[in-house]
Amino acid sequence: MTRLPDDLNVDLHYWMRLTRTMDDQLVTLWKQGRGVGTTFNQRGHEAISVGAGMALEPDDVVAPMHRDLGCYLVRGMTPRRLMANQLARATGVSRGRDANLHGCGDLSLNVIGFISHLPQSMPVALGAAMSFSYRSEPRVALTFAGDGSSCAGVFHESLNLAAVQRAPFVVIVENNQYAYSTPLRQQMAIDSLAVRATAHGVESRTVDGNDVEEVFRSVDAAVDKAREGGGPTLIEARTMRMLGHAIHDGAEYVPQELLEEWTARDPLILHEEKLTSRGLVDHEYLVRVNEKCREIVDDAVEFAESSDWPDPATVSDGVYAA
Amino acid sequence: MDSNRTGSRTMTYIEAIRDGLRTEMRRDPDVLVMGEDIGGEFGGAFKATKGLEAEFGARRVMNMPMTELAFIGAATGMGLMGLRPVIEVQFADFISTGFDSIVQYAATTHYRWRAAVPWVVRAPSDGGIRSGPFHSQNPEAWFVHTPGLKVVAPATPSDAKGLLLAAIRDNNPVIYFESKPLYRSLRGAVPQGNRATPIGRARIAREGHHVTVITYGEMVRQALLAADGLAPEVAVEVIDLRTLKPLDRDTIMASVRKTGRAVVAHAANRLAGVGAEIAADLGQTAFEYLDAPIHRVGGLDVPVPFSPPLEDAYRPGADDIVAAIRETVAY
Repeated sequence: MTRLPDDLNVDLHYWMRLTRTMDDQLVTLWKQGRGVGTTFNQRGHEAISVGAGMALEPDDVVAPMHRDLGCYLVRGMTPRRLMANQLARATGVSRGRDANLHGCGDLSLNVIGFISHLPQSMPVALGAAMSFSYRSEPRVALTFAGDGSSCAGVFHESLNLAAVQRAPFVVIVENNQYAYSTPLRQQMAIDSLAVRATAHGVESRTVDGNDVEEVFRSVDAAVDKAREGGGPTLIEARTMRMLGHAIHDGAEYVPQELLEEWTARDPLILHEEKLTSRGLVDHEYLVRVNEKCREIVDDAVEFAESSDWPDPATVSDGVYAA
Repeated sequence: MDSNRTGSRTMTYIEAIRDGLRTEMRRDPDVLVMGEDIGGEFGGAFKATKGLEAEFGARRVMNMPMTELAFIGAATGMGLMGLRPVIEVQFADFISTGFDSIVQYAATTHYRWRAAVPWVVRAPSDGGIRSGPFHSQNPEAWFVHTPGLKVVAPATPSDAKGLLLAAIRDNNPVIYFESKPLYRSLRGAVPQGNRATPIGRARIAREGHHVTVITYGEMVRQALLAADGLAPEVAVEVIDLRTLKPLDRDTIMASVRKTGRAVVAHAANRLAGVGAEIAADLGQTAFEYLDAPIHRVGGLDVPVPFSPPLEDAYRPGADDIVAAIRETVAY
């Protein structure tokens, strides 16, 4: 396969590292009792969320979900706003209205927020894509689902409608082997999630979700196709959820061998090895990026923890649009 | 008189809905209609959209596959991008198949991240037309109970148009309950032009001073029949709510403070229905003015039955309102 441009590969690494640093910090905060409610672990998903997010143009619309921290960051949602949302502060994206990455929508960044009823963002992102067709705008909408939510009715309704409408729409199914505690074999009787698209007349492919170059390349191709009027694409990106469903979950139900197998294929480390072996970066560079990300995340935590809580007098504000 | 008003025309309730859709589609290129079987010559199960595709094209009159979760969710995405979709769910009964897209996604979005979702779901509701358990329901209470939605229920051709215009122009998700039994049986004057009926304001459909009947939808007609039957012995005031969420509590309270007696009526089943909220509210805001207990008239707590004798036993009508008024007045 052809290599991506060097500067793009270096950028992809930066966003994956920032995602990892922020995710590790979230785990730390919660273990220290500084979190509010719960938080969802990102480890293992960095190449998918960053690779897909980077393949979009600024005018394109994306509807990420709870394991797509990297995508929010790539789209320009700042670590400060995201951290403040995790910590339920007035300065968070949802101003304390919604938890962790939920409610992190911002139309000025062309980001649509998700709800817990996955994959309920799918028809919403599809509607954005249909509005682009309606207005003959060369824009694309992309969203994410999981192996678990690919079993839900709205997943199939949305694929069916996307195919009929030939909408400029891309859906990434992040197959991370588990829906909460339920392994794939108890969720579905098929080996490949991509066949779900075939059933609806949607083109699909399966990619290595831990190879950010492969993710980017396949999403980029699907986005180009959609923009040129070629209709929707489903991309199954295979990975492993390396930690529990959410911070409270020790995931003791996951076999140790499976985790070891995937630890050896950590998407961030794989990409760092690739960059190093190609002579694009050296160890010192990686250390510097690490430190930079550390500073950004520390600043975000300080910002969030020193931010005001939402004023209880505002509890009813914003239920309705003016 | 509104400057947009250029006279009025007599039409049926469903013609008024079609007139409302056409008016807004001509006025605003962002308005489109979507739903099952609504396109082409067919024009929908009740013909509400007949002729629209011929005028506006298939781009703006979008036939949908049987995927309510997907197409109501898609309407939310279109709304986020600035379009104003008007969704027809073929029967209000089928609205449950799109429930998550309405009450979980669309209704919560503005509160959570301040993005407006300007769509309308048109829900052909109500029974009395021998259509059985799944083509007769009045599920408005589900949506009145949901923060973030607005709910309207026109009782006249004039409001069928006026509330539809207001719902389409509103920047929030609005559930528009249209009454099937009124579609072709009720005719009335409908203002031409762009005049909307404001959401959140009730109408005094008939003035009286002995008792207030608070109702909406087809039951307004039943209440007016009841009032006719009791006049002049009992002077009944009838409030047509027009909007169920937000409720016009001031108009309701003022009327009941004046009459001292209240009957709350709807075709939906009475248990935990919209009438329960109104009665409870009046128990607080008009307590000192009440001369009798508040009566509620509503459907039974059973699925809507098919056979005419059973449906008639289920569904309240003018006779039930008369009985409730008599009991209230005699207290």
